[in-house]
Amino acid sequence: MTTPFIALSAILFSIGAIGVLIRRNAIVVFMCVELMLNATNLSLITFARTNGNLEGQVAAFFVMVVAAAEVVVGLAIIMTIFRTRRSASVDDASLLKY
Amino acid sequence: MLNSLSVLSSQSPVVAPQGAGDMTIPLILVLALPAAGAAILLLGGRRTDRFGHLVGTAAALGSFVCALVLFFNLLGQPADSRAIQVDLWTWFSAGRWQVELGLLYDQLSALFLLLITGVGSLIHVYSIGYMAHDDRRRRFFAYLNLFVAAMLMLVLASDFVGLFLGWEGVGLASYLLIGFWQHKPTAAAAQKKAFVINRVGDIGLSLGISLILATFGTTSFAQVSELAHEANTGVLTAIGLLLLLAACGKSAQFPLQTWLLDAMEGPTPVSALIHAATMVTAGVYLIVRSNFIFDLAPDARSAVVAVGTITLLMGAAIGCAKDDIKKVLAGSTMSQIGYMIMASGLGTVGYAFAIFHLLTHGFFKANMFLGAGSVMHGTNDDVDMRHYGALRKAMPVTFLTFAMGYLAIIGFPGFSGFWSKDKIIEAALGENLLVGICAIIGAAVTGFYMTRLMLMTFFTKPRWEEDVHPHESPKVMTVPLIVLAALSVLGGLLLINDWIVKFLAPVVGEVHEHHPPIPAVAVSVIAVLVVAVGVALAWFLVGKKDVPREAPEDVSPFVTLARNEFFADAFNDEVIAQPGLKMIKGLHAFDDGVVDGAVMGGASAVGGLAEVSRKLQNGFVRSYALSLVGGAVLVLLALLVVNL
Amino acid sequence: MSLPWLTILFLLPLLGGLVVAILPNRQDGSAETAKRAALLVSLLTLVLAIVIAVRFQADGGYQFTEETMWIRLFGAHYALGVDGLGLSLVVLTAILTPVVILAGWNDGANGRFGERAFFAWLLILEALSLGVFMATDVFLFYVFFEATLIPVYFLVSGFGGPDRVKAALKFLIYSLAGGLIMLAGVVALYWQSAKITGTPTYLLSDLANIDFGTSVGRWMFVAFFIAFAIKAPMFPVHTWLPDTTEQATPGTSVMLVSVLDKIGTFGMIRFCLELFPEASRWATPVVVVLAIISILYGALMAIGSKDIMRLIAYTSVSHFGFIVMGIFVMNSQGLSGANLYMFNHGLSTAALFLVAGYLISRRGSALIASFGGVEKVAPILAGLFLVAGLSSLSLPGLAPFVSEMLVIAGSFVWSPWAAAFAIPAIVLAAIYILWMYQRVMTGEPGEGVIGMPDLNIREIAAVAPLFLLIVVLGFFPKPLQDVLNPSVDHTMSEVHLQDPPAKVGGEEVK
Repeated sequence: MTTPFIALSAILFSIGAIGVLIRRNAIVVFMCVELMLNATNLSLITFARTNGNLEGQVAAFFVMVVAAAEVVVGLAIIMTIFRTRRSASVDDASLLKY
Repeated sequence: MLNSLSVLSSQSPVVAPQGAGDMTIPLILVLALPAAGAAILLLGGRRTDRFGHLVGTAAALGSFVCALVLFFNLLGQPADSRAIQVDLWTWFSAGRWQVELGLLYDQLSALFLLLITGVGSLIHVYSIGYMAHDDRRRRFFAYLNLFVAAMLMLVLASDFVGLFLGWEGVGLASYLLIGFWQHKPTAAAAQKKAFVINRVGDIGLSLGISLILATFGTTSFAQVSELAHEANTGVLTAIGLLLLLAACGKSAQFPLQTWLLDAMEGPTPVSALIHAATMVTAGVYLIVRSNFIFDLAPDARSAVVAVGTITLLMGAAIGCAKDDIKKVLAGSTMSQIGYMIMASGLGTVGYAFAIFHLLTHGFFKANMFLGAGSVMHGTNDDVDMRHYGALRKAMPVTFLTFAMGYLAIIGFPGFSGFWSKDKIIEAALGENLLVGICAIIGAAVTGFYMTRLMLMTFFTKPRWEEDVHPHESPKVMTVPLIVLAALSVLGGLLLINDWIVKFLAPVVGEVHEHHPPIPAVAVSVIAVLVVAVGVALAWFLVGKKDVPREAPEDVSPFVTLARNEFFADAFNDEVIAQPGLKMIKGLHAFDDGVVDGAVMGGASAVGGLAEVSRKLQNGFVRSYALSLVGGAVLVLLALLVVNL
Repeated sequence: MSLPWLTILFLLPLLGGLVVAILPNRQDGSAETAKRAALLVSLLTLVLAIVIAVRFQADGGYQFTEETMWIRLFGAHYALGVDGLGLSLVVLTAILTPVVILAGWNDGANGRFGERAFFAWLLILEALSLGVFMATDVFLFYVFFEATLIPVYFLVSGFGGPDRVKAALKFLIYSLAGGLIMLAGVVALYWQSAKITGTPTYLLSDLANIDFGTSVGRWMFVAFFIAFAIKAPMFPVHTWLPDTTEQATPGTSVMLVSVLDKIGTFGMIRFCLELFPEASRWATPVVVVLAIISILYGALMAIGSKDIMRLIAYTSVSHFGFIVMGIFVMNSQGLSGANLYMFNHGLSTAALFLVAGYLISRRGSALIASFGGVEKVAPILAGLFLVAGLSSLSLPGLAPFVSEMLVIAGSFVWSPWAAAFAIPAIVLAAIYILWMYQRVMTGEPGEGVIGMPDLNIREIAAVAPLFLLIVVLGFFPKPLQDVLNPSVDHTMSEVHLQDPPAKVGGEEVK
């Protein structure tokens, strides 16, 4: 009976992963990352319910906290890049290379 | 370390054998005087420029006096206890081997001592005049003294390694003196060539000493001669052949003969002392000294005879074709040493005669070389005989003394060369008819080329260069010539009563009575007759005609062959030097490309790999994400595969 | 308890070097004070080394031994001691350092690190080299062995020709690679000694009694041998040497070739032979063949070299071939010759490098082709160059002859073929030395040579001790042999070897 939840989680995760890979806009990439994190949260909660303990739910809270922190730092970085380069495309921010 | 020194000094380093009396001191002095002379003149530098030649000459004369003292003391001893051995100190040791640095004064070294110091002193005196205008005269005398010391070490050493010390010492002195006029490229090339070819011979001496050490565990002449009969013939033959190789190098014998003619680049007194009278005869000394080995190795002796015979003919042929007076004499030296080597290869019957001829040759060849030097002195250092002619009137003393040497070398009856060469021919005929005949032919050719030299130089019409005014040399040069001329005439006295044979017998063994196929008198007559033919031939070919000032170009192939010294240099150059240099070039490419290339290649490979792989770091965050996903998928697949 | 002589000998130049490094320059900016201090320290070290040599009793064993536990977990000790071989190399190092300092008085001037650094590094290098020759603990030896690379790196990369940094890097990586392979051997010694005896130990005296078994012993032998072959250097791992000497100052080259490279051959005797006798005998044929290749290859390469310093480096490859051959022909003649050769080669190559250095500094070029006729303008320089060259070609009467003769004769006993293949080197040696002499010294002086000054007093005084020793040891090597031969006998017994008897005459031959 948990199969649909896991399937939904897998679909959401894949959508997020593909989004990260193919989208250039940093904000969209960022949202895709969030989507992947939440897909993971969904599986964690599903497994917690299946096993009948709280550990998965605790882990989900941790993920949320980390995601929140990430949003704070990440959005700030994106903002700064957009301000200096007038672009939010991740492909334009390719200075850090060989 | 110093403790060991004190231990050493507590042993008495000099062991005076019984019967030697007080001869240790003159024996050491004979060696030490010229060595000290060389050291003073070399280390003293320009400060000794003014009196350097006097110091050098005094050292040589002092050494000669010591040699005389030793010799007369030796004559006073009974025949069987004449050898004096002085052990100076242990040179080196390893395991059971111990090599002593010692001096051995016996009948053989006694004669050499007199020759080296006697002729050496005369040549020192002569050089005072000959080198008077050279601003490096002091250094010349230093080198001459060094040579005398080394040559004395060679003949006084009591074992093979000590002999090697002298052997290389004379090689060094010869190197320094051939290239004395180093600013001339030809002289610099000649000095190197002489040393290098001598080193080829040294291969023989090094390996020979190694084989002696491996076989006998000692290199002392006394011990090896005692033990020699215990070794098997194969080993002795090998030692003999190795020593022969050494002798070929030092004595300019085939196939290592090519350096001697080039060595004439040195000042003429050097040619007289080193490249005629003494150093080049060291090979003969080595073979005679090692008689205990050669006596037991007949195959090695045959090789010695073969080498000697080939060289005596080769040298004579070269002597016929050269126009450079010193090169004619050098070819002649090769040829005469060929006689000695051949005689020493004949075994006991020949050793004493080899030494006898060595002594007389030392006299007359030194005489003629110095005579040639005197001629050059009077003709602005021209060496081309085609520019001489009719010099007998201009330089009478030189002419007369040279004539004595000439008569001696062609074997004119009564002169020293007659006695010594005659004995060798006689011994050769007794051993092997073919060798004997070669020796006789050699005598005839000697008669031809020496007469040619005499005629072209002192007779015929003058062909002098325009600014040349031939004049007699100063007294300081002519007096040594006169002394040497006297010795060239009287050298045969050594054979009275077979004195030299009996004198040397304790060292080289008794000569057993042998009967030549033809009686001795007949041999002498034949020898004189063939020489007469050679002389007559020279008279008709050279003396009766006008000598052209330029050497004729259209000559027979034989003359071309002899003029080019049998193309030995060309052969060495084409077969050894050029391919060798090509190989070295190849080796350098190999070293850079392959050996170092492997190392540097490894380094560049790492660098190249890094160059390629860092391209992956392209700065696009999405490609990093893709590789993350790819990695995750790979891990997933791997897990699946493992689980299955 | 007596004085810790060897520790003092090690600390003296080390601390001296540190002091020299911090001594202030004079007001005019010259480092004269530091240079004089360096010379003084090196001379004091020499005096101390001579005192030790005088107090040394030649009996084949280690003397002046000091031993303190250092790292108990590894079984590593701070253990020093010298036997005859170690002592001879200690003395050699102590002799060469003041000579190099005096000869290279102005060599540090145009360096990257300032003049004082040159002399400070030289002294530190001396200290570490002494440590290598005195260590009787493998771990300590390894530490010194690797530590010598630091001063050499700075000496090469800081002072010398234009490509010196590249050369220094090549030297460093080459040596580190060798050291790494040796490290594997060192670790294996820890593992094996712990396994066999229960407690790990690095003391030579303990290790010599352990039988490591055939295959382990061979592996460890190979690990040590490769490192020492790189150091020595032998064909085919020699290519760092010519590159380095070409760029380094003559003084650095002397320390490198005459002292540091000896660590290679010293290590072969001390570690390869004495710790792994079975493996050494197993490896002998291969090593001797490599040695013969080195001998001939080095000589041929020297003949073709266009650069004087590279030429001398290749002659050393050839000479090291002789030393290695002497070590591995497994008889006391070869070994004695090799031991002696190490000392003599140090002297003759140092003389050759330094005199060549004088020559090159006058012309500003090391290319043979840029010389000619030097003899005419600088006869003393030419004379010393010739004598150094003659000593390099082992002329009898000069020190290297005795050792070369012993090595050749010793290898002849092992196999006549080995001697026969190696012997052409004496002809090749004559060619490379005399051909160089001919091109550099003879002829008419050309452009750049005319007006070349002859040697000054300082330059002559610096190399005079070397020439004196070369001549004296040529005729009278006995003091040196008295020290070396007992340790040769000791090595022979460690390797369980006896000389083959003479073929005739037997024992009564003295």
